[in-house]
Amino acid sequence: MCLAIPGKILSITQQLNDTFRFGKVSFGGVCKEVNLCMVPAAKEGDYVLVHVGVAIGIVDEAEAKQTFYYLEKMGETSELH
Amino acid sequence: MKFLSEYRDPALVEQYLQELHRITTKPWTLMEICGGQTHSLVKNGLLDLLPKQITMVHGPGCPVCVTSTGVIDEAIWLSEQPNTILCSFGDMLRVPGSSKSLLQAKADGADVRILYSPLEAVSLAKENPGKEVVFFAVGFETTAPANALSVVQAHKQGVINYSILASHVLVPPAMEAILSDKDNRIDAFLAAGHVCTIMGMEEYYPIAEKYKTPIVVTGFEPVDLLQGILMAVQQLEAGVYKVENQYTRYVQREGNRMAMETINEVFATSDRVWRGIGPIPQSGYEVNKAYEAYNARKKFTIGITPVQENPACISGDIMKGLKKPGQCPHFGKACTPEHPLGAPMVSSEGACAAYYHYATAPELESA
Ligand code: SF4
Repeated sequence: MCLAIPGKILSITQQLNDTFRFGKVSFGGVCKEVNLCMVPAAKEGDYVLVHVGVAIGIVDEAEAKQTFYYLEKMGETSELH
Repeated sequence: MKFLSEYRDPALVEQYLQELHRITTKPWTLMEICGGQTHSLVKNGLLDLLPKQITMVHGPGCPVCVTSTGVIDEAIWLSEQPNTILCSFGDMLRVPGSSKSLLQAKADGADVRILYSPLEAVSLAKENPGKEVVFFAVGFETTAPANALSVVQAHKQGVINYSILASHVLVPPAMEAILSDKDNRIDAFLAAGHVCTIMGMEEYYPIAEKYKTPIVVTGFEPVDLLQGILMAVQQLEAGVYKVENQYTRYVQREGNRMAMETINEVFATSDRVWRGIGPIPQSGYEVNKAYEAYNARKKFTIGITPVQENPACISGDIMKGLKKPGQCPHFGKACTPEHPLGAPMVSSEGACAAYYHYATAPELESA
């Protein structure tokens, strides 16, 4: 139940007003209608974190890359020891 | 999805493990708060791979485990009212109440429905104007915005036959309750990534400072967890205690402002009883006065008598990090996923069920 999973916004499907926005989100090919109220900055093509039908965050791709950058760096340094 | 597979890459996992083995010199006890993290650690076999000096204990971050018997009984009572549909996340159905579970209530004829999202419950209420629809709104901070949103949506759309049985629990007060326990043995915390996606990190700075305990906001994939553990152990080995963020791809220090506003619109903090642990002041959310019309506790006069929890279950000690599931005398004997004595054996995010399904012999013997 606590699971929140990342999916890609394929399209914005409904815009009732400023806050009530819905989109079609793909989770590795499985599509669901997702409420986008909490992520006003999200646009088509963005990855969002979805929990019980509501998008709660936009993925920061630059930050994601940083995780792997650290790993590469660590790989180099641990070889020195 | 490439994105996910990278976070499960065995070569990356191996690099973090090597670094962890290299830097660890002393025994440390770390607690991951969230049941999703417990599940990932045990299922991916990471506990066996950590340096021997590092003990992971498993925190109270599983709503199925900490929702009190009294609240389960309230939900069952509501489900048994005429003309009422009780909706819930699926995981809650098998949790034992004082005399039965929601699943048994359903078998006895109650209209209990499993939904994926509270927003579906609002639609259900619209489709069934002659019935009262109640959503059993459990969960941590991660789930609070969605549950609050359902109330706002019902209100905006003039749906009056909808209400929620709010039973939200909050992470920071639970951390403080654990750290101030006289038997506390936690040296560092992995904070729950998705909770912080909503709430940000501000609440954790005073806790790290007061209890001199490192707190690392951490994600759920194997690479995330090992990086989080590494960051915590680096701090411990260096003798510092800071709040750090491993899960930067989803967590910003200030959290999600829209989500927090929605929570504050509908909820107010309140005292809450945690199953196994007991009452913790100001550790939950209840529907506030302005939205009282959507509060099932105000709409109905719920008639239940308070009951004792099953004294055989030591889940409280497990969730405070004092014991591990293998140390419970009932584990795997009187208590199994098919016949759970306590809630942590019900959901796969509960520590007991995670150990039952995935733990290896050395993990089961560890204390
Ligand atoms: S094994 Fe069962 S009885 Fe023992 S602590 Fe876990 S849930 Fe409770």
